[in-house]
Amino acid sequence: MTASAWTAPPVLSLRRIAAMVVRYALLLKNSWTRIFELAYWPSIQMVLWGFISQFFRENSSWVAQAAGVLIAGVLLWDVMFRGQLGVSVSFMEEMWSRNLGHLFTSPLRPLELAAALMAMSLVRTLIGIVPAALLAIPLYHYSLFDLGLPLVAFFFNLLVMGWALGLMLSGLILRFGQSAESLAWLAVFLLAPVSAIYYPVTVLPPWLQYLAFLLPSTHVFEGMRAVLFQHVVRLDHLAWAAGLNILYMAAGVFVFLLAVRVARQRGLLLQMGE
Amino acid sequence: MKADAAILVEGLTKRYGEVLAVDRLAFAVPHGSVTALLGGNGAGKTTTISMLLGLLLPSEGRITVLGEDMVRHRYRVLPRMNFSSPYVDLPHRLTVRENLSVYGHLYGLPRVSARVRELARDLQLEEFVDREAGKLSAGQKTRVALAKALLNMPDVLLLDEPTASLDPDTADWVRGYLEDFRRATGATILLASHNMSEVERLCDQVLMMRAGRIVDRGAPAALIDRYGRKSLEEVFLDIARKRGVGALEEAAQ
Repeated sequence: MTASAWTAPPVLSLRRIAAMVVRYALLLKNSWTRIFELAYWPSIQMVLWGFISQFFRENSSWVAQAAGVLIAGVLLWDVMFRGQLGVSVSFMEEMWSRNLGHLFTSPLRPLELAAALMAMSLVRTLIGIVPAALLAIPLYHYSLFDLGLPLVAFFFNLLVMGWALGLMLSGLILRFGQSAESLAWLAVFLLAPVSAIYYPVTVLPPWLQYLAFLLPSTHVFEGMRAVLFQHVVRLDHLAWAAGLNILYMAAGVFVFLLAVRVARQRGLLLQMGE
Repeated sequence: MKADAAILVEGLTKRYGEVLAVDRLAFAVPHGSVTALLGGNGAGKTTTISMLLGLLLPSEGRITVLGEDMVRHRYRVLPRMNFSSPYVDLPHRLTVRENLSVYGHLYGLPRVSARVRELARDLQLEEFVDREAGKLSAGQKTRVALAKALLNMPDVLLLDEPTASLDPDTADWVRGYLEDFRRATGATILLASHNMSEVERLCDQVLMMRAGRIVDRGAPAALIDRYGRKSLEEVFLDIARKRGVGALEEAAQ
């Protein structure tokens, strides 16, 4: 090639841009979870804020009757979210660092790993929630700690539900790999509208209320509102939450152990992270 | 032979759907010996090692390690085993010392800090023992992986490509270290390697694999003699390309 025949490549090439667009489209096409995630957040936000708007349209003075009901809702909801994320993220960190092969050839048993993930989740949750709860005091003159002793029961019920979900999600991530990782961040929000965090459960359509009362979180938030509005501790809600949590934890542990077994059958423990 | 075996494998098979990854393997690794699994890519070496470690469940067959059934009672024997592989890493954001300490506790070592110091000295990790594992060179990572594999002074050590990514000088040093370790502890070692000179130097027995089967076996020198070759590498090529003694025996079967 002579110097005169040589032409400089274009600074911007539509072909190169198209190649990269195709590359990202292929990534999207090959991952159902990524496609699902695209539609997920707008839908969840719409449902959640739809119920909130519907409730406040008819009960505009509700918040004034119990200062901090929304802040308490946000903080307690975050206990469940952090609790779940604490388990899932710690587990994913082992996958990202391709460490599962070492862990599962050590004397560490899957149940011991699950227990360690839950312990770490408690630490992560406390680190996340306590500063936020303390910050609410000077900013909004609201202390979550005014809930008193029931706060301990609310906290642990939401944390345990988070652990159960975290174990189930970790199992799914182990089974389906990287493409399922986004579930760790979005799955719990599927339960947010049904958990009646910011409004009484009676706002939900009757058929959805039956479903809502199958969630420990719904009983916790109903219990929280009973403390804030009626100044009573609803032991029935606490008992339901604790009972349901036993079932959720059993399901979480079962799914996690099953996923480990399937991973051992399919050779997934050596492939993760690659 | 079987009574003396640290590792005994009988009829070991692994299927992934229609794909037969390992096909009716049978072999014994005597106590205190070094055995190599050789074969081309996809021959089934890593699958076999994964099953020996309990990372992968066999479709059929039986694995006995140190007298225990690895499928049913692996937690009885895992404290006495260890392994390293270039396909498995240690957490990147922990330092080498932190990583080794965590595994020291997982293996229930009595004096974890002292053992980590000892390994750091022996394997020349001291220069980077407080550096994050993710910031190490490939060669340094291989030495750290070896340190993790030796933490619990295992009776059975499984090594997948133990000198991968090492320069010839460091690789030679690691081989010498493994020889010393075996002499000092009487450990049984099973390794998968693509480095034939390494296998000739370290191993008492070689299992040649192709397409999930053991197609030949024997001491390195005996195999070289039998194939009329000068090196194990030439024997490997004969077997991989289906030439020579193994091919004739296979055809006869």
